[in-house]
Amino acid sequence: MKKAWGVELPARASVSWLGLVLALVLLPAASFAGVLADDRADALYHRYEGGGVTIHGPSVLVRKKFAEKYAISANYYQDMVTSASIDVEVSGASEYHEERDQWSLGAEYLRGKTTYSLGYTNSKENDYQAETTTFGISQDLFGDLTTITMGFSRGKDVVRRRDTITDRIDPNFKEPIDRWSYRVGVSQILTKALISSLQLEVITDEGFLNNPYRSYRFVNPSNNQLFSLAPEQYPRTRTSNAIALNARYYLPYRAAVHGGYRFFTDTWGIGANTFEAGYTHPWRQWTFDVGYRFYSQNNADFYSDLFERRDEQNFLARDKELSTFKSQALSLGATYEFVPNGWRFIKKGTLNFYYDRIQFDYDDFRDARYSMLPAADPNFRPAGSEPLYSFGANVFQLFVSVWF
Amino acid sequence: MQVRTGILLAAAVVLAGCGNIEPWVKPYERQALADPIMSFDPNPVSTAYIDHVFDAREGARGANGTAGGGCGCN
Amino acid sequence: MTSRLNSWMRGAALAGALAVTTMVSSSVGANASMAPAFTLPSRSGDTVSLAQLKGKVVMLNFWASWCGPCRQEMPLLDQMHKRYSALGFTLVGVNVDANSKDAEQWLSKTPVSFPVLFDRESKVSKLYDVSAMPSTVFIDRQGNVRDVHRGYKTGDEGEYLNQIRALLKE
Repeated sequence: MKKAWGVELPARASVSWLGLVLALVLLPAASFAGVLADDRADALYHRYEGGGVTIHGPSVLVRKKFAEKYAISANYYQDMVTSASIDVEVSGASEYHEERDQWSLGAEYLRGKTTYSLGYTNSKENDYQAETTTFGISQDLFGDLTTITMGFSRGKDVVRRRDTITDRIDPNFKEPIDRWSYRVGVSQILTKALISSLQLEVITDEGFLNNPYRSYRFVNPSNNQLFSLAPEQYPRTRTSNAIALNARYYLPYRAAVHGGYRFFTDTWGIGANTFEAGYTHPWRQWTFDVGYRFYSQNNADFYSDLFERRDEQNFLARDKELSTFKSQALSLGATYEFVPNGWRFIKKGTLNFYYDRIQFDYDDFRDARYSMLPAADPNFRPAGSEPLYSFGANVFQLFVSVWF
Repeated sequence: MQVRTGILLAAAVVLAGCGNIEPWVKPYERQALADPIMSFDPNPVSTAYIDHVFDAREGARGANGTAGGGCGCN
Repeated sequence: MTSRLNSWMRGAALAGALAVTTMVSSSVGANASMAPAFTLPSRSGDTVSLAQLKGKVVMLNFWASWCGPCRQEMPLLDQMHKRYSALGFTLVGVNVDANSKDAEQWLSKTPVSFPVLFDRESKVSKLYDVSAMPSTVFIDRQGNVRDVHRGYKTGDEGEYLNQIRALLKE
C-alpha cells in the first residue's frame, strides 16, 4: 500500500491523479451553474446475427434528476446468446445457449460547474461474473466552451468454466480478473458550428485473461495436413492505451456531419486504427443517420492461426479477436418524433430504428473447418492452407425514448 | 512519475489562471450547438450497445466514452 | 529525506494552484451604472427603445427558443408582468434567435403578454455583455442597471419578485 499525505492508497492509484482530482474538487463553485441531462426513459430491443451467432435482448434505461442537483440512473441489459460460431465448430462442441444479465446504477451530483458521478455495474452469466465501479468528474471551463472529464473504474471479474459434456460448472475452476481503467477527456467548442473532443483511456487487466473454452492449433505430429488442439496460454497482464479525436460540424441548412479517429496500442503487441464518419439529416419529424466505420488491427505477439508444434512458445493464442483483420460497418438510422408538442407529462418522444451491416475480413485467421473435412472431400484443404475466414453480421436496434 | 506530477500540477495552475479567457462563442450564439442533432451522444442506450458489439469482437477498447465492464463474451 | 521534501513541494504547489484558482472569481457584481441605450424592432411591428421606458422599473430578459431554462421561466415572467405592470413595472423580452421565425413559432404555442424585441444580430446582447442564457437585467426608474441575474433554476422567480418589489418601492 502506498501512502500519500497520510492516506493509504491502493498501489495502482497514482498520487498525481489524486492531486488533480483534489484541485478540481476544491475549485470554488462559480455563480453560473452547469446543467444535468434531462429526465428520460428508453426501451431498446437489440439483435445481432452473424458468423453463426445470434444474440438478442432488451436494454432499458431510466434517468431522473432532483432539484437540478442530483440525478440517478438505472439500466438493465440482457443478452440471450445462441452460438454455433466457427470457434464452437472447430472445437467440436455443439451449439450452445447462454444468457447474460447486466444491471447498472449511476448517481450524479452537480455543484456549480462540476458534476461528480458514481456508477456500479454487475454482469452475470452462468460461467462469468463481472463487477465494475466507476467514479467520474466533469468540469466546465472557459465560459462553458471547454469540458474536462476524468474517470476511474475498478473491475473485478470471476471466470468459471462449464464442462461441455456434463454442462455443469467445474467447481475447481474459479479465476479472478482485476481491472483498472483511467480516462481523461476534453470536449471543446471551437466555433459556433464546430465541437470537438479528445479522449484518452488506459486500461490494465490482471488475471486469467483468456477464454477457458478456446484452444490453439498446432500441426498434428502424425499428419501434417491436419491440426491438433491444446488450451490457450495467455499472459496474466495486459495494459492498453487508446486516444480518440472526434468532431461534429453543423451545416447551415440544418444537418450535421461528424468524424472520428482512434489510435490503440497495448502490451500484447496489438495496434489498431478506427475511422468513423457520419451524416445526420433532420426532416420534419424525422431524423436520418448514415455512418461508416473502418477498423483495422494487427495481431497480438503470441497469436498464430497454426503453430508448428505444441507449446512452441510460452504464450499461445488463436482468438480471432487478436488476429490481423479489418472490419467495415455501414450504419443507417431513422428516428421519428411521435409527440412533437408533448403529451401530458411527456415532453418529447422518439421511435428509433438502427441497422448496422458489419463485415469482418481476417488476414491471418483461417477457416479451420476446411481441414476438418474428410481427406477425400473435394473441398478439403490442408491445415494452414485453408481459405482466410470472413463473415458478415446484421445488427438491429429498435427503441423508444421518452423525455419527461 | 515526477514528470507526470509536474505536468499535471502545471496544467492545474495554467487552467486556474486562464479563467479570464473570454469565451469566443457567446452564450447567445449557441443556437447550432444547442440543436439536438449536434449532440455527441443523443441516445446512450444505443451507443452503449453498439460499442459493446465492437468491443466484444475487436482487440481495441477504450476512449469511446462508455465506461466498459467485463463480460465473458466470446 | 528527498521524498519528504518532494511531498512538501507537491503540497505547496497544489496549495498554490488552489490559491490562484480561488482568485479567479466570476464577476457577479452589480454594476450601478447607466443601462446602455438601444432600439430594437418589436414583435408587434414597431420599434422600441429603452429611453421610452424611463420612469418604469424594467426587467430585461434575454432569451432564445432553443434555450431550455429560458422557455421554462417564460410563463412565470408573464405572470410577473401581468401582476406588476399597473404599478409602473414592465418586463421586456429580448429574443436572440438568429431566425426570429423560431421564436414566433414558439410564442404562438406559449403566448406572453409582455413586449418581445428581436435582437437578431446580437447587438444588444453584446452591449449588455450577456454571459449566460437566460440573463435578466433589472433596471430602476432612473435607467440604472441594479442587478444582473444569470441563468435560471427552479425557484429563481422568488429572487426576481424580491428585486421587482424593492425597485418598485423606490
